[in-house]
This record gives sequence, C-alpha cells and structure tokens, in this order.
Amino acid sequence: MIGVGNRFRSDDGVGPWVADRLAERGVRATEASGEGASLIALWEGAEAAVVVDAMASGGAPGSIRHFDAGAADIAAGTFAYSSHQFGLAEAVALARELGRLPGRLLVYGIEGESFAPGETLSSAVRAAADEVVARILADIAAWQCR
Amino acid sequence: MSDATAAGASGIAKTIKVDALARVEGEGALYVRIKDGAVKDIKFRIFEPPRFFEALLRGRMFSDAPDITARICGICPVAYIMGASHAMEDALGVMPSPAIGDLRRLLYCGEWIESHVLHAAMLHAPDFLGLDDALQLAKSNRAVVEKALALKKLGNDILEVIGGRAVHPVNTRVGGFYKAPAPAAVAALADRLRWGADAAQDLALLFGGFDFPDYEYDYTCVSLRHPDVYAIEAGRLVSNRGLDIALAEFFDHFGELHVAHSNALHGVMTDGSGPYLVGPIARYNNNYAQLSERARDVAKQAGLGPVCNNPYRSIVVRMVETLYACEEALRLAEAYEPPAPPAADVVPGPGKGYGCTEAPRGICFHHYVLDAEGRIVTATIVPPTAQNQPQIERDLLGVVEANMGMADDDLKWRCEQTIRNYDPCISCATHFLDLRVERD
Repeated sequence: MIGVGNRFRSDDGVGPWVADRLAERGVRATEASGEGASLIALWEGAEAAVVVDAMASGGAPGSIRHFDAGAADIAAGTFAYSSHQFGLAEAVALARELGRLPGRLLVYGIEGESFAPGETLSSAVRAAADEVVARILADIAAWQCR
Repeated sequence: MSDATAAGASGIAKTIKVDALARVEGEGALYVRIKDGAVKDIKFRIFEPPRFFEALLRGRMFSDAPDITARICGICPVAYIMGASHAMEDALGVMPSPAIGDLRRLLYCGEWIESHVLHAAMLHAPDFLGLDDALQLAKSNRAVVEKALALKKLGNDILEVIGGRAVHPVNTRVGGFYKAPAPAAVAALADRLRWGADAAQDLALLFGGFDFPDYEYDYTCVSLRHPDVYAIEAGRLVSNRGLDIALAEFFDHFGELHVAHSNALHGVMTDGSGPYLVGPIARYNNNYAQLSERARDVAKQAGLGPVCNNPYRSIVVRMVETLYACEEALRLAEAYEPPAPPAADVVPGPGKGYGCTEAPRGICFHHYVLDAEGRIVTATIVPPTAQNQPQIERDLLGVVEANMGMADDDLKWRCEQTIRNYDPCISCATHFLDLRVERD
C-alpha cells in the first residue's frame, strides 16, 4: 500500500495517514510524495498494490473515488501532484506502456477540504480515511481468498 | 494545458498565453505582450499560494527545522535537510566530523542523480524531440526511459540506504545521522554506481546531439565553491564576476523583492547589477576545473566548452553532473567507514546561523535565529527558483525578441522549453505556472 501526500499540508496527509493505520494492521505500507517515477519503482514487481491519495477536484470533502488502474488509465489532472506534471496518472500510463504495472493496482482518491499548512485532517476526510482503511483491508482479504 | 489566443495575423498586435505550464514543478504562468513588433511586457508568474513555511517554523525547536523544511519539496528534500542542519550547527557551534561530512555528500549525490535524471530525461528531453511527454518518449525511445528510470531508482536507493527512506529521509538530524548505515548496504551500491556513471554518460552524449536553439546570454553565475571538490553540500559563495563571500555575508549582496505578479519573491543582487543565474550552468561555469577528468571529457564530447552560455544545453550539463555524482558517490561508497559516533553532540542554546548547499536547481540558502532555549525566532529560506525567476524572465525576453516571426504555437513551445531549462521548482519558490503571449 502506498500513501501519497504531504503530512504538513492538512488533508494532503490523508494518504500517509491511511498508510500508518494499515501498517499498524500488518500491511506492508509506505509513504510517497506522488512523484511518478518513484511510484513505478515502488509498485513494480508487486502482485498487488493499492494507492491512496488526496484529490482537489471540487467535489464534496471526504467523498471517495475508486479506480481500477490495472484495467484503465486515470484521467490526467485527477490527482494534483504537481511535480513537473509527472504524477500518479502519468505513472500509471507509463508503467502500462513499459509493462511495469503490478498484477493488480487499485487507487482510492479522497477529496480534501483544506491543503493549508497544518498537521491535522478535517473531520470529513478523517471519516473517509477510516472507510478507505476498511475497504482496503477487505480488498486484501478478497485477494488472499483467491 | 496550453491555451493560446492570437489576435492580428499581421503580427502588429498579438497576445499569446499559456495558462498552465506543463512539466514544471508547481503552478505558474507566463504572459507576454507584443506591440508593433516589440515586447512590451513579460511576466513569469508563480501563483501557488505562499506556503508560509517560515512562519510554521517560528517557535519550534532548532531540531525540527530539517524535517519540516524537507517537506517544502518532494524532489529535493536533502537540500533543505542539509541547509537547515548546517545553519543550526553554525548557530550552535557544532562541528560534525569529516566522516559525517562524507556521508552527507554521498546522500546529496543521490538527490542530484534522481532529480537531474527525472528532469533531463523524462521532462526536458521531450521538448527537443517534439514530443509531448515521457509517455510519448517511452513509445518512441523506450531505452532512454528505461535507463532514466533505473538511474532515478539508483538515486532514490542511495537516499534510502543513507537516509532511511527514499523520499523524505528520516535518518538525518542536526549534527549528523541517527544511525550509521551498514557497510554492506553502502558497498552494495558500488556496482550500480559504476553502471550509473556509464548510463549518465550515454544520456549526456545522446542529449549532446540534440538541436539546440540558438540563444546565448552572458550570465552572472552564482554558486558555491569548495577548495577541494566540485561544490555540492558546502563552500563559499562565489560568482564569475569576482564575488567571493562567506555565507554570513549573503544578505550584504543578495536580497528578495516582492513583485505584484508573482507569489514567489524575486532574488536580486543588492548592487543593482540585474538578474543572476544559479543551478547546473552556474556551477559548471564557476567550477568546471573541479569536475572529474571523465566528466570534462564527456562534456567535451557532448559539445560543451569550459563555459556554457546557451541555457538549452543545461540538459547536457545536468547529465554531466549526474555522471560526476555517480563517480563521486562511488568514491565515497568505496571509502565508507561508519562514522562513530554517527552525530556530533548538539547543546541547545541561543545563536544565529547560516547554511547553504547546491540543490539540484541551485543554491538554497537558510538563515535562522534561535532564542536561549534553542527555539526558532526567525527563519529565512531563499530557494533556488526564487533566485532564478528574474533571469528566467530575462531569457524569455531575449528568446521572444529573437523569434518574433515565429508562429504563436511554436513560440509558446519555445517559451515553455526555455522555462524548463531551469527545472523550476515552483512549489519550492513560493513560499506553483501558465503562458500568455499578447500581441496588440
């Protein structure tokens, strides 16, 4: 599991927050800035990977979007990691071209409310994060049953 | 992301704009207005909201500064960690051992490798090949992207071995490191670094064969200089115009100016001498003689002389520096012995200190004042892109003036390419860009 975001930018820290909760449950979880080449290096060779990242798409704070990135590309600009515009969506497309996608790749996006400097999640995002943790644990359980 | 509005086919009156500049770090815009065949106005705007990191630091302990400032940037966290650590050590009279210094330089080489390769190969190279992005590059020249990704991973792995984590290292602290990396883990980097030097050489030679736009500028180059080695993590501040000062004298010669059109402060020289350049070309021009023989030889084969004044060739300079960073990291990895202790003792107290290192994009300057308990009273961080911003605008002016007859879409492309010469880290500079050319 890869938690994308910046812990010092309020709701942008939701990815790392989810990673922390999953690590406590024994899931192999790591934190990433969202820079695309590093994401490819992290998920390459994995049987399955889940990415969680904050979104700023103008939707209701705490709303959750789910993408099966193994099946289809994500629209550019869905996740606002800026680094030279080579972020999660670009990494998924490039990894597909180079044959470097994991066996399964799921992405959860959580709409953020505040991205101001700060270290706490807003209540709507915190609630959504709890739900995403539960959904990822269920995803993992389903994979292990196969 | 580009959106152009062109009015007036005669070329007498026109506006071109790019409202969301791609392949740079952050959000910014470029606006150019042309009237009667002359550039009337040019503004490189950065409109990511100010980030207030300096205010976030006030009241925190000195020891928090490296980890918090590291979050200013996901690409160059080591620059912030090291600049803040050095400044705190300066303030508190701490002198880490040479072995700690060597390990820090090795860590920094990792950041140069990963940052330079990401920008040069994945983001800037498509400009020279008429491609939109790295995905198209992967389709047309898969080997370049494969090589770049492997080099990038090598840089990240150095960060992980020395820093404990690939993105924001957790093993670093004021005074040195929490834990000295295991010799076997460092030794395991050696073969990969030999491969890395070869890969960087291949890319430098490949990029050296690109068709570079014909534009030169007599840059005032500002960089660090170290007496013994090509400056990365330490040195005095020098320029190609005779400046040679200690870090504490920075504010006697450099200032920050707020301009209405940008959220990033503009770096200025207090003598009024105009814009100045920091980054790969500035370092190369100032410290060429200190590059390795192999790096200088590859530079020559890739078409570079001892001085480079064509900003588009920065893509080649980045790969020469990547080659050097691989060689340097190899030298340090082979000589590695765990520093004992891994960190110098640090006693909290009052003081003021300065720190400056060569981030991949150029000098990144830190200054802190601490109270009696070692809490931060004031924090000032001058990142490289803020310093380059006036020079970027000056280059754009020159490029637009020299290419007035170019079709709007081509001119827009050329302007974007020009900005990417600087690998601008806009999120660092604001404490995020878009392109408009207006002809009226």
